[in-house]
Amino acid sequence: MPEPLVFDLSKKGRKGYTLNDLDVPEKNLDELIPSELLRSEPARLPEIGESEAMRHFVRLSNMNHHVDKSLYPLGSCTMKYNPKVNENNAVLPGFTGVHPKQPETSVQGCLEVVYKVENILKEVTGLKGVTSQPAAGSHGEFTGIMLMRKYHEVKGNERNVILIPDSAHGTNPSSVIIAGYSVKEVKSNEKGTIGLEDFRAKLTDDVAGIMITNPNTLGIFECDIAQIADMLHEKDALLYMDGANLNALLGILKPGDLGVDILHINLHKTFSTPHGGGGPGSGPVAVSEKLVDFLPVPAVRKTDHGYNLEYDNPNSIGKIHGFYGNFGILVRALTYMEMLGKRGMRRVSENAILNANYLLSLLKDYYKLEYDSPVMHEFVVSSQWQKEKGIRTLDIAKSLLDFGFHAPTTYFPLIVKEALMIEPTETEAKEVLDCFAEAMKEINEYVDKNPEKLKHAPYNTPVRRLDEVKATKELNVKYKFPEDEE
Amino acid sequence: MDYNIPDNLKYTREHEWVAVLEDNIISLGVTDYAQDQLEDIVYLDLPDAGLEISAGDAFGSVEAVKAVEDIYTPVSGEIVEINEALEDKPELCNQDPYGEGWLVKIKCSDMSEVDALLSAGEYKELI
Repeated sequence: MPEPLVFDLSKKGRKGYTLNDLDVPEKNLDELIPSELLRSEPARLPEIGESEAMRHFVRLSNMNHHVDKSLYPLGSCTMKYNPKVNENNAVLPGFTGVHPKQPETSVQGCLEVVYKVENILKEVTGLKGVTSQPAAGSHGEFTGIMLMRKYHEVKGNERNVILIPDSAHGTNPSSVIIAGYSVKEVKSNEKGTIGLEDFRAKLTDDVAGIMITNPNTLGIFECDIAQIADMLHEKDALLYMDGANLNALLGILKPGDLGVDILHINLHKTFSTPHGGGGPGSGPVAVSEKLVDFLPVPAVRKTDHGYNLEYDNPNSIGKIHGFYGNFGILVRALTYMEMLGKRGMRRVSENAILNANYLLSLLKDYYKLEYDSPVMHEFVVSSQWQKEKGIRTLDIAKSLLDFGFHAPTTYFPLIVKEALMIEPTETEAKEVLDCFAEAMKEINEYVDKNPEKLKHAPYNTPVRRLDEVKATKELNVKYKFPEDEE
Repeated sequence: MDYNIPDNLKYTREHEWVAVLEDNIISLGVTDYAQDQLEDIVYLDLPDAGLEISAGDAFGSVEAVKAVEDIYTPVSGEIVEINEALEDKPELCNQDPYGEGWLVKIKCSDMSEVDALLSAGEYKELI
């Protein structure tokens, strides 16, 4: 590594703080904390001065790729720019200084934030109830499927299968299995959308519902979704929509109007809160009328005397997170929502769609387009033409790093061979997209001109090509102290 | 690209091969094409022997660096043996997909399901 670990920088006795002399009588730790909770030996934390610690982490952040540095076109992840005004609000002392066990009367502002976020999400999704407790998209999915489960339990429906299209995110089948259902796959048709024939055949009496991402992971809108909703509802099955791609729909279309029953929303994608290591995430779940009763407790309610946390709901699936989710993220999301307003939100999606289609138009002569349907906010091309000449998608992704771009999502969705899934987001200027397209074209030229160069990329990154097999099979992330070596 | 597709095996649309070992016992693995597409295979999630399966079930998965794919059974019956060697050396699936890289042995309840699988010629057409 070009930068040592902070443990390697540690010098015994060095510190980055000074404390004043104690002006009260000293007490032993075990008088203050039960002895069984105390460490028997020191924690062996690194000892380092403030300036060195600062430089260490700044060097690491310089080596890292982040959206504040350059384009991050990671499809289905919506790595949009995170406005800094979000952070200003999130660090206001009224938000950072509160304790979750404070009386409700003293945290009215915080409760109002939660209430407002949930209300705006109801408006955006066209659904009737929202919980903002789930701490991630996957957590939202799990919560959503548990709500589906509760619905069928209460109605006495015997259901044990959930349908999932073959283009779905891998988290969908995981959530289904964890919630105790089994998965049946629905095949995509030649347009890259859900095959209605296959769906009809698989919609048997044991089906609890379907999970659909819309637009799907190819960036294509599932045009038959309303018909699918009707067919499901006829059998009292439910329509779950994975909201990972909601960035394409803000202010344009409300999923509730299509017959969606459950939808999770990734605030760290669509609503510009930090994403990918910068988290934590937040995955609120919105539901239709018939599921509102089952939402997790506590719920924030507005009363004549202000806001309160309502725990009394016998039909609720219960608590799914400590206290009330990742509150600091809700402050950031609310800032973003209110800065944009209704018109601004629509423009977010319009520009996201425009950017994706513009970039696709620049690339489709050079990279194969498997499904030639109109796309929304992201698209999938394939490097099959390049693969025939011996250059893999991985080589292309690694080569992009030398141009200062993050690579797109690769080898996903699985229904496209050698897939490159690209999502530029609305926050990129035309010049940035042009520059990215030029890089992709230059890489394509190298496939004929100098394929060896691509096979060994990247050259300009802090570390070169990593041994992914070794990292998967022999992962070792435990630090070994030099004094333990003897 | 030329793939090794032995003539004496049967094949599935999910890029698996089936060999008839004796009477109603078959062995199953991934094809040369499948291992090439998946690239470095790092883990096999296989069930315990004794599991009853029906044709079309996904009963395990192949994890490669770039993707995880389900393993489907084209036949109904019982899994009688799994390839224990793959636990330490999953790369056998890449190195020797038709030999040491076999995945499971299945006792078939209906051998006509095996007869209905693709021939080497038909599988070559598919890829």
